[in-house]
Amino acid sequence: MISLTNAILFLLLAPIIGGLVSGIDRKLTARMQGRVGPPIFQPFYDVGKLLEKENLVVTSSQNFYILSYIVFIVVSGALFFAGGDLLLVIFAFTLAHIFLVLGAYASNSPYSFVGAERELIQIIAYEPMIILSAVGMYMVTKSFFVNEIAASELPLILYLPGVFIGFLMVFTIKLRKSPFDLSTSHHAHQELVKGVTTEFTGPNLARIEIAHWYENVFLLGFVYLFFAFNPVIAIVAIIVAYLLEILIDNTFSRVKWQLTLKSAWIVAGMMGLVNLGVLYYLAGVLI
Amino acid sequence: MTYLKKSPWLLHYDASSCNGCDIEVLACLTPLYDVERFGIINTGNPKHADVFVVTGGVNEQNREVIRNIYEQIPEPKVVVAVGICASSGGIFRECYNISGGIDQLIPVDVYVPGCAARPESIIDGIVKSLEILEEKRIQMKERAKQKEQGSSPGGGER
Amino acid sequence: MIELPFLIIFPAIAAVLLLFIANETLRNAVVKIAALLIGAGTIYAFFTYFQSGLQLFSVPFEPASQIMFVLELFIALYILYVGIQCRRYLAVLLIIIQSALLIYVESVFVMGIHPEFNLFIDQFSLIMAMIIGIIGTLICVYALRYMQTYHAHHPEIKDRRRLFFFMFFVFLSGMFGLIFSNNLLWVFFFWEITTLCSFILIGYSQTKEATNNAFLALEMNLLGGVAFAGALLYLLYVDPSGQFLGIEQLLTSGYAIALVPAVLIGFAGITKAALMPFSSWLVGAMVAPTPVSALLHSSTMVKAGVYIIVRFAPVYTGTMEGLIIGLVGGFTFLLASAIAISQSNAKKVLAYSTIANLGLIVACAGVGTYKLVWAAILLIIFHAIAKSLLFLCVGTVEHRIGSRDIEDMSGLIVRMPKIAVMMFIGIAGMFLAPFGMLISKWAAIEAFIEAQFGLIFVAILAFGGSITVMFWSKWMGKIISVIPSGEKVEDTVKKEKWFVLYLLTALTVIVCLIFPLISSTLIEPFVMSVYGQTARLSQDNIVIMAMMIFLLMLMPFSLLLYRDGVKHVPAYMGGRPTTTDMRFQGSMGITRETELSNYYFEEYFGEKRLLMAGTALCFGLILLAGVLLTGVVL
Ligand code: SF4
Repeated sequence: MISLTNAILFLLLAPIIGGLVSGIDRKLTARMQGRVGPPIFQPFYDVGKLLEKENLVVTSSQNFYILSYIVFIVVSGALFFAGGDLLLVIFAFTLAHIFLVLGAYASNSPYSFVGAERELIQIIAYEPMIILSAVGMYMVTKSFFVNEIAASELPLILYLPGVFIGFLMVFTIKLRKSPFDLSTSHHAHQELVKGVTTEFTGPNLARIEIAHWYENVFLLGFVYLFFAFNPVIAIVAIIVAYLLEILIDNTFSRVKWQLTLKSAWIVAGMMGLVNLGVLYYLAGVLI
Repeated sequence: MTYLKKSPWLLHYDASSCNGCDIEVLACLTPLYDVERFGIINTGNPKHADVFVVTGGVNEQNREVIRNIYEQIPEPKVVVAVGICASSGGIFRECYNISGGIDQLIPVDVYVPGCAARPESIIDGIVKSLEILEEKRIQMKERAKQKEQGSSPGGGER
Repeated sequence: MIELPFLIIFPAIAAVLLLFIANETLRNAVVKIAALLIGAGTIYAFFTYFQSGLQLFSVPFEPASQIMFVLELFIALYILYVGIQCRRYLAVLLIIIQSALLIYVESVFVMGIHPEFNLFIDQFSLIMAMIIGIIGTLICVYALRYMQTYHAHHPEIKDRRRLFFFMFFVFLSGMFGLIFSNNLLWVFFFWEITTLCSFILIGYSQTKEATNNAFLALEMNLLGGVAFAGALLYLLYVDPSGQFLGIEQLLTSGYAIALVPAVLIGFAGITKAALMPFSSWLVGAMVAPTPVSALLHSSTMVKAGVYIIVRFAPVYTGTMEGLIIGLVGGFTFLLASAIAISQSNAKKVLAYSTIANLGLIVACAGVGTYKLVWAAILLIIFHAIAKSLLFLCVGTVEHRIGSRDIEDMSGLIVRMPKIAVMMFIGIAGMFLAPFGMLISKWAAIEAFIEAQFGLIFVAILAFGGSITVMFWSKWMGKIISVIPSGEKVEDTVKKEKWFVLYLLTALTVIVCLIFPLISSTLIEPFVMSVYGQTARLSQDNIVIMAMMIFLLMLMPFSLLLYRDGVKHVPAYMGGRPTTTDMRFQGSMGITRETELSNYYFEEYFGEKRLLMAGTALCFGLILLAGVLLTGVVL
């Protein structure tokens, strides 16, 4: 049932795709702001540099948490692309994120501490919607296994439009895009120094960045599932969705955590649950 | 590899500048000059930085802060003093509270003159500093190698 | 069948023995030996019965029921006496109603009727027995040292340790009786015993607060007891020959008759499991010494409540009443988890998390499909282990650092490294991926989708589940933050405590590893025998999860990689130099301290508001169930 080849392909290709996506993202962002922007390969240069730098830590255990973070991000992403159980994948991602949060807590530094708390807020803001998305896919395809969902002929997006909108909402949070980049941000602008990543230097920061690439590829894969009935449409949808995120990123300013939490939950409640409720009702009627 | 030169991240610290130089440093980020072209990012965090950009001279209040920030930047790192105040104390040199340029306190690699320093020269200075950064990286590598070969066991410096 | 009476009677004998032992060394020895024997007894029972499925036994000793009735009257008299003495007239009223019902039942119907089989055992009873026999006794052993320190720290509290250990063992005996009894009259007797034990143990310190909370617990549980007695009355009314008094006979009778008593007993279970309108007694119970909380929360008392509800789960399946019971559980899960976010008192966080998890178990059992019952039993197991571990850790920490506030636990990894790691594992066991509780939540999500009105529960789980992530991880974050100036204070912890803590930590991990085995030998056959079909996780997922656990166990070794060659710098403090204990020069040359504190979100997750909402909601639901039930009865 589980495809090892896909998992290995993910391991090898995801950082390349993720890095490129991030490079294109930065270029487009710069263009939207009327700048020239960095080269497309800039993210790779950054990570390459970080790996060359010295590893400064406040406490050695930070290394352990970050290593666990990237390992579990990779494992869960691989599990997703191998076609594993979607809920297990989601839980494994949560586990990985908890490691990042713990790494930030471990340093006992005020800035990363606040970053960690805000990262937790983000987790509770997005997680319900992601689980509901998985549930929605199950209700349509009758399977939690990614390979079966991907193989389904049904146009999921037509069954789950509300869920998809809800998912796009939390997609913004997951990509660490404005207006929801509470805990740390890719941009030059800072508020809480660098939030969760404040106390990580050099190689550890590089690991966080690579983990983020892996995660982004997973998220794009999640978008793909909504359109899996037709790969061409799916690729187009992924591109459009990502462009939309960049646009949102550049047109909104950061909001407070209160609004993040409330809006994410309300959208999950309104869009996701109503959509699922209709499906549920229809399934009841049809049976 | 030469990744360092392609992605220098700055930390800008305003020591006791009159804000003239600070404005010019920020001007480098604007669409007109757009330093991100060179992969330069203005981080707000010494632990992520490679280039320490200081404007203004050393006074009693910021002496400890400059040293603290400098210590928290991971190796290899360079210091760029922007403006004549940072270079030598400038027009505030004779003030009772100024002890001079920041080279009184930490090693400075590049001095960018001007009052205020122009964005072009700031960019130029930073690009110059990248050469030094690269050199330092190579030195650091060699030191690490020697350490490995030498009998002295590892362990943090602190 | 000798194991069953042994497990029920032996703890009681040990208890009586302990009541008369004043010498400390002797008491230690007796408690340890008794604990060992009970543990051995349960394991022996496990190996004798785990393959045999359901077995019914008739007890050769005729007057057993009469003795129980007499004891019950004594308990009632005692409660009456204490209630009048302390002017708690609600308790007095409830005990009078309950006793009246009971005497009526005994005198009008039962004289001469005995269900043929009084005791039974099946895989579910075995699981419960293992939990009581192993975790319960471990807590007893831990309590020895704890109570010693407790009295050293609180000289103002009267040393009543003889009573304390007496009650502890009576409690175990009562629990064993409860899970092995087939006769509902017997179940009711043991039910009352647990109520009484918890009353006395909560009020142990005899302070005003403790007495008040003990009475609160008593009143709420008596309310459940009245409902239970009502169920007995109904059953005898329907069939005066008493054949439906046997749980097994009732469950196999076709569910029409069983519904009314099942809902009444379910209500009793809700009070005992401290679900929403009645949650305050469990939160109040934390005034008791920590081993008592550990016992109440993990292996006894509240587990009795969920045990009985899971027992009757097949009756609830697909009924409106069952759905309502499930909803009470579901809302309790959601709201109690949310309240836990706003609490900084570690024991209170644990209490609310217990309430939440019990709510989840009841939600599963109330909806009652076979998959959900499977998930509910898994939840019972994992929760018992991890929760007892956490309570005992908090108890140990409290005695060393003099506080049970999570904020004061910052840097525990430096000050009490071993305890901190155990606490870490315990917390991970409560909510993280490859560990127990999450497996059950996951199974519950999958199962709810297919159930009637399941979407409500799925939504509750999706939101409630992520809320639990919040309060556990911020606690974890507190204990693992490395404070540079911490002083190590764990050397004074006694070896018995270490033994118990190590064992529970090991159990937390091991049970996660072998849970497929537990599932296939115990839970699946049980669910199979009740429903004719069973749930299990797919093989792939089990393999993946086992791999994740191993990976997690490997990860700490990576610390060795970083042992040297890493440079340490202090945390970034906006450029300010700080001393090692995080003091820095603020403006005007004043030295300031750094203090980091978690978010608690009072305005969103405040205890008062949510509790009020939960009470109103669940009370309304229970009323609705009551109305429905009256309809059925009439
Ligand atoms: S060099 Fe001139 S512009 Fe720059 S800080 Fe000094 S006085 Fe101001």
